[in-house]
Amino acid sequence: MTVLFGQLFTGVSIGAVLLLIALGLALTFGQMGVINMAHGEFIMAGAYTTYVLQQVITAAGWSLLIALPVAFVVAGAMGVLLETLLIRRLYARPLDTLLVTWGVSLILQQLARDIFGSPNVQTRAPDLLTGNIGLPGGITVANNRLFILALAGGAVVALTVALRFSPLGRRIRAVVQNRDLAAVSGIATARVDRTTFFVGSGLAGIAGVALTLLGPIGPTMGTNLIIDAFLVVVVGGIGQLRGTVIVAFALGVLQATGEYLTTLSVAKVMVFIAIVAFLQWRPQGLFTLRTRSLA
Amino acid sequence: MTTVVRDPVTAADPAPEPPTSPAASPTRHRIRAAAGFAFGAALLFAVAPLVLSDFRLSLLAKYLCVAMVAVGIGLAWGRGGMLTLGQGVFFGLGGYAMAMHLKLADAGPGAMPDFMLLYGQLDELPLWWRPFASPWFALPATVLLPMAVAFVLGSLVFRRRVRGAYFAILSQALAAAMVILLIGQQGTTGGTNGLTDIQGFFGYDLDDPVNQRMVYFVIAGTLLALLAVARHLTQSRYGELLVAVRDSEERVRFLGYDPATVKLVAYVVAAGMAGLAGALFVPAVGIISPALIGIVPSIEFVIGVAIGGRATLLGPVLGAVAVAWARTALSERFPGTWTYLQGLLFVVVVAFLPGGLASLIGLVRRRDDDAARPGRFGRLRPRRREGTA
Repeated sequence: MTVLFGQLFTGVSIGAVLLLIALGLALTFGQMGVINMAHGEFIMAGAYTTYVLQQVITAAGWSLLIALPVAFVVAGAMGVLLETLLIRRLYARPLDTLLVTWGVSLILQQLARDIFGSPNVQTRAPDLLTGNIGLPGGITVANNRLFILALAGGAVVALTVALRFSPLGRRIRAVVQNRDLAAVSGIATARVDRTTFFVGSGLAGIAGVALTLLGPIGPTMGTNLIIDAFLVVVVGGIGQLRGTVIVAFALGVLQATGEYLTTLSVAKVMVFIAIVAFLQWRPQGLFTLRTRSLA
Repeated sequence: MTTVVRDPVTAADPAPEPPTSPAASPTRHRIRAAAGFAFGAALLFAVAPLVLSDFRLSLLAKYLCVAMVAVGIGLAWGRGGMLTLGQGVFFGLGGYAMAMHLKLADAGPGAMPDFMLLYGQLDELPLWWRPFASPWFALPATVLLPMAVAFVLGSLVFRRRVRGAYFAILSQALAAAMVILLIGQQGTTGGTNGLTDIQGFFGYDLDDPVNQRMVYFVIAGTLLALLAVARHLTQSRYGELLVAVRDSEERVRFLGYDPATVKLVAYVVAAGMAGLAGALFVPAVGIISPALIGIVPSIEFVIGVAIGGRATLLGPVLGAVAVAWARTALSERFPGTWTYLQGLLFVVVVAFLPGGLASLIGLVRRRDDDAARPGRFGRLRPRRREGTA
């Protein structure tokens, strides 16, 4: 029983990381249909922001807390820059966007290498987040994992509330559902796109801050994350957040279970096969926005 | 050594022959294509071996393998609209199948490859290695294995109309899964190191420059043959259908065709080409490893195609060779600069020159090769003026 719950928590915490890195994508890919391969490098930017802040503010707790909003703005600004300079021209060519943003991600990685050096760097975690908490039943839970879970939950709630109740959220949903109709209703769709991209990229920055608690920061950390994140959004279905949330945790638990029963590498392959099988059943993902298009 | 002489001839021979008659294409086209093939063959078989040193020639052999993958990507992506970011998987399957056979042949009958003894986890050869001892199994497997994997994935995915970005991401995830699996099973796959230090190639010693030259000729001949296959496919009715599926899948469906089958054929052929390329890469370079087939190399296969001109026949080949050459030339001296340049190439070419360099050079040819021209939005204009799409 303890093993079962332990594995379940491992799965949930993997899921929380997945959710955090996929949430921004759910906005930019899910809502806007833009495939941003540089999203992983925005995560990296968030992580390096934490590192830089820690050089300035040595108290680990404070620097982490300050890093959250700063990383959001840094990554968000990078996103807006990318959107304005390149992606804006490519809205009609989603596959080409993928390749262009891959090129951008290469450039950003090399930039990180030139600025911070190729070896990985490490941040110090605040004392509060280094220990474990014992739960009844003999289960121990790592504090940093718990923090990430809370952060992911908070981000989902904030995003849901913003999308549902704020005027901006209303405009975003309108543009997603019918861009032309939104435009004739007086919504400045270009501006909405830019704001959506800011928020989506900013969330990548927050994910980057969270990842500093789990491991080292390096120039190639983004590449390893981006595919998992995209798979979560693809399986979750485009245009809604709840699919992303459910699938992130489902894949996390599947991964943890697979890892427990076999090995890490076999588990990864199992997850891939499960995803292909799932898409046989629901090719549009778990939840879809009902439209009248043929696709 | 007879192969040295015979192979180029047999491989170059079918090339000048005009491909089957597309109703729309006049004889002029065929003559020009034949001349083009003859020119290419002369360049590859006569000029390059005379001009280049042994070292450069073996580098060229490596680039030509990449070009073979590019021919397949040109077919699947340029003509079929399927952006496959996982061609490294098929390249790797072909490469590993060949390398497994060569390792077993190096070790001698009944013996185990050196790296297995090194890791010392195994007492005997694993079951799934055994068939690769026979060239009659291993050689067909280098092509058929990738095609089979592509067939299974493609038929699952295309039938359910998973396409566009979804397909691209799935194909990339396949590459990620394959690499993780290879690294994870170190005892039987060589792990991160891959299969290295391959000595012989069907009885020929690969250290001998003469035999390296032979491998080069085999590779050059194969590339020409693959180009002939690609031209044949694109000029046929099937080729027209493939372009039609790329530009308007639904319209093709309404006309009574099954777009899934059309796409599947191109995808499987592209996988076979990548497998063959991988198989020939192994004797040319002497190694196959996860680092050569993962996500990054897979997407690097694509950039050459994009630069050369994705929807043209020769564009991918020239683009792939140019990128591979530039990489070797620059990355040794300025590794950082090369990464910046590569990133910039992706951005500039794809964003501002979607037709690739071929759309600059090939301005003259535009009028007669409509399908080779992705329009401003990656779609070609309808051949005949139709109503709105």
